[in-house]
Amino acid sequence: MSKELIRLHDLCMAFDDELVLDHINLYINDSEFLTLLGPSGCGKTTTLRIIGGFLVPTSGDVTFDGVRINDVPPHKRQINTVFQKYALFPHLNVFENIAFGLRIAKVPKDEIDRRVTEMLQVVSLKGFENRQISQLSGGQQQRVAIARALVNRPKVLLLDEPLGALDLRLRKDMQNELKRIQQQMGITFIYVTHDQEEALTMSDTVVVMDKGRIQQIGTPEDIYNEPKNAFVADFIGESNILNGTMVRDGVVRMYRREFQCVDKGFAPNEPVDVVIRPEDIDIVPVTEGQLVGTVTNVTFKGMQYDIIVDLGGFKWLIQTTDHSPVGAQVGVKIDPDGFHIMKKSEYSGLFGDYSSYSEEYEELADATLADEEESGDEE
Amino acid sequence: MKKSNRFGNRLLMALVFLFLYAPILILIIFSFNAGNSSSVWKGFSLAWYGKLFHNRLIMQSVYTTLIVSFLATAIATVAGTFAAIGFYAMRRKLRDSLVTVNNIPMMNADIVTGVSLCLFFVAFFNGWGSFAGWLNSIQSVIVLPTRLTLGFGTLLIAHISFNIPYVILSVGPKLRQMDKNLIDAAQDLGCTWMQAFWKVVLPEIKPGIVSGALTAFTMSIDDFVISYFTAGSSASTLAMTIYGMTKKRVSPQINAVSTLLFAAVLLLLVIINVREARQEKRAAENRINL
Amino acid sequence: MKNKLSRLAVPYVVWMALFVVAPIIMMVIYAFSASNGGFTLNNFVKMGAYAEVFIRSFKLALIATAICLLVGYPVSYFMSKEGPRFQRMAMVLIMLPMWMNFLLRTYSWMTILENNGLLNQLFQKIGLIALYNRMTGADLSYFPMMNTQGAVVLGMVYNYLPFMILPIYSVIIKLDGSLIEAARDLGAGSATVFRRVILPLSLPGVLSGITMVFVPAVSTFAISQMLGGGTELLLGDLIEQQFMGGAYNPQLGAAISLVMMVIVVVCMLVMNRFGEGEEQAVML
Repeated sequence: MSKELIRLHDLCMAFDDELVLDHINLYINDSEFLTLLGPSGCGKTTTLRIIGGFLVPTSGDVTFDGVRINDVPPHKRQINTVFQKYALFPHLNVFENIAFGLRIAKVPKDEIDRRVTEMLQVVSLKGFENRQISQLSGGQQQRVAIARALVNRPKVLLLDEPLGALDLRLRKDMQNELKRIQQQMGITFIYVTHDQEEALTMSDTVVVMDKGRIQQIGTPEDIYNEPKNAFVADFIGESNILNGTMVRDGVVRMYRREFQCVDKGFAPNEPVDVVIRPEDIDIVPVTEGQLVGTVTNVTFKGMQYDIIVDLGGFKWLIQTTDHSPVGAQVGVKIDPDGFHIMKKSEYSGLFGDYSSYSEEYEELADATLADEEESGDEE
Repeated sequence: MKKSNRFGNRLLMALVFLFLYAPILILIIFSFNAGNSSSVWKGFSLAWYGKLFHNRLIMQSVYTTLIVSFLATAIATVAGTFAAIGFYAMRRKLRDSLVTVNNIPMMNADIVTGVSLCLFFVAFFNGWGSFAGWLNSIQSVIVLPTRLTLGFGTLLIAHISFNIPYVILSVGPKLRQMDKNLIDAAQDLGCTWMQAFWKVVLPEIKPGIVSGALTAFTMSIDDFVISYFTAGSSASTLAMTIYGMTKKRVSPQINAVSTLLFAAVLLLLVIINVREARQEKRAAENRINL
Repeated sequence: MKNKLSRLAVPYVVWMALFVVAPIIMMVIYAFSASNGGFTLNNFVKMGAYAEVFIRSFKLALIATAICLLVGYPVSYFMSKEGPRFQRMAMVLIMLPMWMNFLLRTYSWMTILENNGLLNQLFQKIGLIALYNRMTGADLSYFPMMNTQGAVVLGMVYNYLPFMILPIYSVIIKLDGSLIEAARDLGAGSATVFRRVILPLSLPGVLSGITMVFVPAVSTFAISQMLGGGTELLLGDLIEQQFMGGAYNPQLGAAISLVMMVIVVVCMLVMNRFGEGEEQAVML
């Protein structure tokens, strides 16, 4: 990655005394695909709207190419946005929607024709020029919204949950499509989502946010493998998070037992959070297990089984391809690099226990998340 | 069982429409009466139409009615649209209380609106009279009129006042239905505030503006009570003229003028409907072609 | 950012203060003023003499509203069950008379109800009057219909019936069809569906229809003067007389207007409260 394009310096935003962004510091490189990831109300949309120029931060600075742009109105920024639910103009057809920005900029007519046609090709919507917006499917509207923004050749494209309204299949296709377009056009994408999988699939850099603060910045691999606290560990993928004590470098104690691990740099006997990913745990015969527990729930997930195992009152989620019946005594084995040790944080003890685990619960949580997102960040 | 039910339903509707239209039909029929009675038929004649056009009182009041209605509708439509946008952009608390005030003229009995406006105008004119008198007495550069009276101006103000709420009522929902992000999107694509308004907001809320204007015009044409209290003696709408006549003897010229107005409205409606039908047909064809 | 747009409302807020709020304040001031300008409650005391007019106004307006509801509700309901073209046509037909000034339409009723008007001519032709005379031993040459309370109520119903139909119809037409299907699915017959689902859900339309009919009916003065012949004095006539008629007394007129406004507002508040309760009951 090359040079820095946008910098957010000590950004704070308050609505009616409620602090929505709490000292955000972030820089974004040219041609980077950066994702702001977090639950509803975490401040990600607010951050995006500040970059787009729709909100003026309460304090702190936004710089673009080294120039402070806090007070530059949106129509003077070299930034375009793909809005949540697209915000296409219903009274204009596909062509006119895409041409809108060029017409405002008084671009000559033949150039408009050329550039719009070119954009239609990029988003695979050739032949749809004269369609009304109401005649398009969700995925097609999505493409029009992207074309409408990109045709202005912005330096940065902001995308606010652009795939939220699409069904799962289409979402997967569009993820690839977006990544392809970003690479083809070579511009910066700043992408907002609450879907961790989307973030990991597409991004160069992921910024995990919660409660108006940045929790972690890193590549998808970093974020997944080295979560900084219980919130990140839980939000990105599935995690069992347990209380432990770091005895010394490379040794962690939990369940009154010492385990080999690869983490270092903690104080002797420091209390820590221990993260173990469900796929890093093996189920073995009782005699070979480091720990022994009882299977309480088994769910077939296609690729693997989700097995809940009660280990001394704490329920672990284990993902494995082997089936174990409910009620069976099983041994559990974890390799040293399966442990990930985190410092205690305000999130310790809030996440990573699967006592109340059920599929319905998971779906419900997702649904409310998606609903709240619409109103949550806006007001 | 089902069939007879349906017949009963339609019979009731037919009776209601008969009830609504019989008086209008009778009014129209007797405008062609040769005699000067509105209940005894003496043969066909267009005499009343001829006389109508020479009746200065009626023609003048028709003219006043149309002018007031058109002016009030035009002004109320523009003002109401801006006000609706302003309300839409406000914080909820402030908006709710302003909307309540806005609803007062719609909920209040016409006579209360008329009387209160009348009292207000008279009080204002009194105050103005003493102010203008005082100003004229201390200087002679500007000479202000000291005696203002109820007339066309107050009539127009009253009509604008009771029309604006109807415009807001029909524009407001269109604004709320509009995707909040449309204005942002327009700005994002390079529009200034003004451009965003003209190119995006206005086309979106146009149906609301049109129906608001139509309601306002209907209200103006149909109004009698508020005009009666605010027009004074110098201006008279058609309704006021008719009211004055019913106290003595009504001339069939009134039937003639009603017939003409009714025909005009009917024609307008037919044109609007035909155009709408044509547009719908074209839209349907487009859909098929694609 | 959005707040910039809210400035667009400023001119109208000023306008409202001037031509909506100030006039009402003016009316209140007048209501509490003596003719020489001093404060008095006399205007309200004087009103006692007109208790009869108050009662008559509310009685006639209530009857007219009830008739409008009884006729308007079934019409709206039946209309909503017809095809879209029929509905559109019916809507136009209901709106159309409103484009003709209501005085013209009321005037037409005068020619119908007169002693030697069209209805009496018709009754004569078909021998109804003769039949009546033979049966009762009376000696009428016409049925007296003009200048009666009945004629005034008829005028109110005629003029305000569309105001009842329109709001009810627009609520019924928006009812979610799946609600009715759901009710049927849960075992409700047509009558039950109507009583338990459609009726309660259309209540907001009914309430706004009632207000839209009752308020102008209780305050009318033109209809009562034209069809009631000035003998059946209503509140509107009383107020009008204080401003335009011989009994010039704007302070009293303002006081009557104020009392009428307060009564109407209180009625509406009570009704809306009742309506909200109903809606919540339905939601539960």
